Amino acid sequence: MATAEVERKRGQLAALSIAVVVVLVGVPLWWRTTETYRAWLPVNQINELAELQLQLSVDVEVVFSRGTLMPEQQKKVPFTRTQEEAQKVDDDTTLRYRYESKYRTANIMEEDALKQPTAAEADLSLHTLSASPCGSVVVYVIPETSVLLPQGVDVYIGHRRTAVLRMGAPMSVGKNHKQLLAHLEPRITQVVQVMSFSHTDITAALSDRVRLSPGSKESLADSMRSFKSSPGYEITFSLLNPDPKSHRLDWDIEGAVHSYIQPLLTKLAPLANFSIDSQILYYAMLGVNPRFDSSLEAYTLNADSLAHVINPVEARLGSNAASSNPVLNFLLYVPDAHHSPLYIHDHQKQPVASNAFHSPRWGGIMVYNVNDLYGRGETPLPVNININMEKVMGVFLAQLRLMLGVQSSPAPPGFLVEPCGGAGLADWELDRLMWSRTVENVATATTTITSLAQLLDQIGNIVINDNIASQVSSTVTSLQLAVAELEAGNLGFALQYSKEAILASERAFFDPSLLHLLYFPDDQKFAIYIPLFLPMCVPILLSLIKIASEARQRRKLKQSKKD
Amino acid sequence: MIAITQRHVHDAAVPPLAGDPPAADPPSPPPSKDDFQEELVIRPLHSGDIYASFQFRTVWDADFMGDQKVSHYRLFPKSLGQVITKFSVRELHISFTQGYWRTMQWGQPYLPSPPGAELWVWFQDTVTDVDGTWKELTNVLSGIFCASLNFIDSTNTVQPSASFKPLGIGNVTDHSFLRYATLPREIVCTENLTPWKKLLPCGSKAGLSVLLKSEKLFHSTFHSQAVHVRPVCQDPQCRTTSMELRQTLNVVFDLHTSGQGKREWSLFKMFSRTLTEACPLASSSKVYVDVTDNPQGEQFELSPATPLLTQAVVLGDRRTYSVYDLTQQASFGSSRSLNMLLRWKNSHNNVVPPVMLRPLLHSERYVAGYGLQAGEIHTLIYNHHPYRAFPVLLLSAVPWYLRLYIHTLTVSSKGKDNRPSYIHYQPSKDRERPHLLEMLLQLPPNSVTEVTVEFERALLKWTEYTPDPNHGFYVGSSVISALVPSVVAMDTNSTLDRPLFSSFFPCKEEASYFMRVYTEPLLVNLPTPDFSMPYNVICLTCTVVAVGYGSLYNLLTRTFQVDEPSPGLAKRIANVIRRFRGVPLL
Repeated sequence: MATAEVERKRGQLAALSIAVVVVLVGVPLWWRTTETYRAWLPVNQINELAELQLQLSVDVEVVFSRGTLMPEQQKKVPFTRTQEEAQKVDDDTTLRYRYESKYRTANIMEEDALKQPTAAEADLSLHTLSASPCGSVVVYVIPETSVLLPQGVDVYIGHRRTAVLRMGAPMSVGKNHKQLLAHLEPRITQVVQVMSFSHTDITAALSDRVRLSPGSKESLADSMRSFKSSPGYEITFSLLNPDPKSHRLDWDIEGAVHSYIQPLLTKLAPLANFSIDSQILYYAMLGVNPRFDSSLEAYTLNADSLAHVINPVEARLGSNAASSNPVLNFLLYVPDAHHSPLYIHDHQKQPVASNAFHSPRWGGIMVYNVNDLYGRGETPLPVNININMEKVMGVFLAQLRLMLGVQSSPAPPGFLVEPCGGAGLADWELDRLMWSRTVENVATATTTITSLAQLLDQIGNIVINDNIASQVSSTVTSLQLAVAELEAGNLGFALQYSKEAILASERAFFDPSLLHLLYFPDDQKFAIYIPLFLPMCVPILLSLIKIASEARQRRKLKQSKKD
Repeated sequence: MIAITQRHVHDAAVPPLAGDPPAADPPSPPPSKDDFQEELVIRPLHSGDIYASFQFRTVWDADFMGDQKVSHYRLFPKSLGQVITKFSVRELHISFTQGYWRTMQWGQPYLPSPPGAELWVWFQDTVTDVDGTWKELTNVLSGIFCASLNFIDSTNTVQPSASFKPLGIGNVTDHSFLRYATLPREIVCTENLTPWKKLLPCGSKAGLSVLLKSEKLFHSTFHSQAVHVRPVCQDPQCRTTSMELRQTLNVVFDLHTSGQGKREWSLFKMFSRTLTEACPLASSSKVYVDVTDNPQGEQFELSPATPLLTQAVVLGDRRTYSVYDLTQQASFGSSRSLNMLLRWKNSHNNVVPPVMLRPLLHSERYVAGYGLQAGEIHTLIYNHHPYRAFPVLLLSAVPWYLRLYIHTLTVSSKGKDNRPSYIHYQPSKDRERPHLLEMLLQLPPNSVTEVTVEFERALLKWTEYTPDPNHGFYVGSSVISALVPSVVAMDTNSTLDRPLFSSFFPCKEEASYFMRVYTEPLLVNLPTPDFSMPYNVICLTCTVVAVGYGSLYNLLTRTFQVDEPSPGLAKRIANVIRRFRGVPLL
């Protein structure tokens, strides 16, 4: 009997030790071998970035020219003054604007410059005196009586980063320096908002991140017109010749690009890389049949039918197989002899002066009528026609500015804004674009990286390579740097870092290795596991149950013995 | 989404431009010249089939090799130009073919191509990472031509050392800039034709390209379309180079399926279209009909008759062609449309037309052997020339899963051993690169040369099988490149204005002409497992493990006691009966 009892004990011990081995060795081994590789991601930092607190700092230099300050005011005006303004856009986005104003009086050379006969010349000579860094604004305050600005103009904004502000009438300004500053400050803020950024610009740039309440239809269309920020753009000019039998077209696109488009793009070089190409497409038709208007003796395209023009043409345009940057298309359509002249009519049935239209985030189309160049029917077909590129490029350049988001929003009353020069873009316009593009990049990169982190968190089967982890980390670092540079007011660096951030985040998000989802349906898993696990686990479980029930019985027996 | 460009924007932008005249800038160079030609050759075949070959050629005096980026396109297609610029391509040849060219029935094609897709590219010597560029290029081309070229990888790419010399100018000898790949399985269809037509300046709207309707083109025995880009000389002195783009399309219509058995062909019957105009952009637009065998009209009748005849030396033979010049209004006649009609005489009584001149070079290839382990590839190369021997270069690229035993390579002609004077063999690496075998062989006159090599079939991993593995695996065509002795003197003057079909391969000497022959692709069965096998294996292994484990477990944990042996069966039955009878049990 004793040997049987010993034997039973030994069996129980064996069963227990097997169970222990299975739990301690088997389960971890199974776990490790079926685990998916997931590299470490800086989740905490990403979560911090999800709550975006952007601070934009602008350096504003206010220079008082002679005759604007009384001597006692001059002593009391502080050297620097900081204004802050906080705006909460939504639950996890807050914006703070910080204007750091420096006050000083003009030096002799600047006084001389301000004595120039016209504002444009003053602007040029002030620029040669000192070049202000990217993102900053210099405001010259001139006395009320100055003749530099024409009558009725209070503020002049030139090609560079300087503005000239006319001091209000001495009566309303008051004697105290505090009153003086209180009078000037709102006007300086207004100038800075025109020259660097306004709250509406910045919230529009955040549209990727913040769902704005839909405003008016007009403003929505405005916000959707320009292209999304991208590290590069492809600009394609296409000449559509629907009937090479009747006219042979020639355009000096190389020269036109060189003299009209290139200066603007050179100016925009810090923002993105641009590449330009052109092609001529033959037998390319518009998708709609224009209507003949007998009163005008011309064919007309209504604004409503313009939407149908693009699709059939687009099939012929071809995409750039060699790059994945967004493409801006500019199409010049020369109608054939039987369908010309062709005019575009707007919603009010009035002919459009430029005879062109654009499609937001796609490009522009211009109709170029050549029927007056045919001569009187005696010239043999095809007629050789040279296209006047100045006329064409004027329209395309205006459309290009719109597409790139160079806004020419109407200036507030009393402002005189110098029209853009040969470069097609003033320095402050570039700054404005850089501010909004930086904010947009930061917003897009944070959204991309947070949604990637969320996705990876939700789907546990995705393998995360070290490569992706390093891309994510570099995105986070660049984003942090960009935010810090924005806070410090270094616009150029901020843009650079934000571009790096957006590139790295896109690379991480679109990495093909994320597609290798190690996913097995549950029924297949069961089918594979059951033949092994069921026969192995059932005896172990049964013997464990048996041991447990025996132990319980023994305890009961002991209890009854005690009783 | 459409917005009219506002007037104020327009006005805001134009005045400063007007003040900044473009004349102040340095004058831009004059736009580079480009030229477009189109051509169709129709050759009635002796079998009663008909062969139509289209060629479209765009020559552009642009310097793709230089530092300056080419970006303003006129006749040259932009999509292809961008690819050439971006990947620094010197020469690009791509062909898609459906069907196999039957040399013995049809003679030589103007432009040979293997079944499936073929791509070979010479890169410029500025490219540092050739393999990476090649990979990217194939992916981009796959997008442009809607083809599976993205399946080209290191396992089917080779670097031929001698067979594929550049066809354009440039004396490149470093074959590390050359990549060659074939996809013998590729199916060619409408989706490949549409992007190909898009590269033409006239699209499918005017000129010869109106004939290219897919419903007829693909209802044929043989269809091959190709794109060849190469640098060519601009002038006889070859001081400057231009880029030449040749788009070719060859099609053979079958006598019985397309022709309803009647030996009578017309443009309308072949393409269901007639010609009404030349492409207005083309500097020359011509249709040639091969009438060499029909000097007096005894074989067939061609209407409308054309007084224009031209002779061209093509593939070592002097041929006569009737020419229709589409740029002349007279070609279209009064009906304003050209519908050539080609009616064979004696079509009703079964008079066999004269036997065609046998092609001088042709070849066959097949797999021999039985079972799924070993096999033998036989390549037969025929030299039908009665008295001239000539050398040929044989290239075969064999996938790694057919393991060639190179020591079994034998070459024999007329029963005698024929030693190749040059052999370049690159062994394969499993899952990395294919075998490459190149040989220079001398073919004796009027002989068959047989090249055999044995191979062993490899077992693939179960994920490496194609979706229908029992169909078999394709091995791309072998390529035979040869300088074949010519019957007539070849035209070596490259500057002369020759028809496009006779000017593709450069001709350096009068006595011989260059020719390429592709053999049949092979279809080889590999040992194919049952694909539910992995699951069966898992189940079986698990069961074995479970049984072993179960008995071990029982041995370890159960307690064993001696038990009374149970009574035998007879005794138990006896006891039952006894109980029934009420007799004491045993």
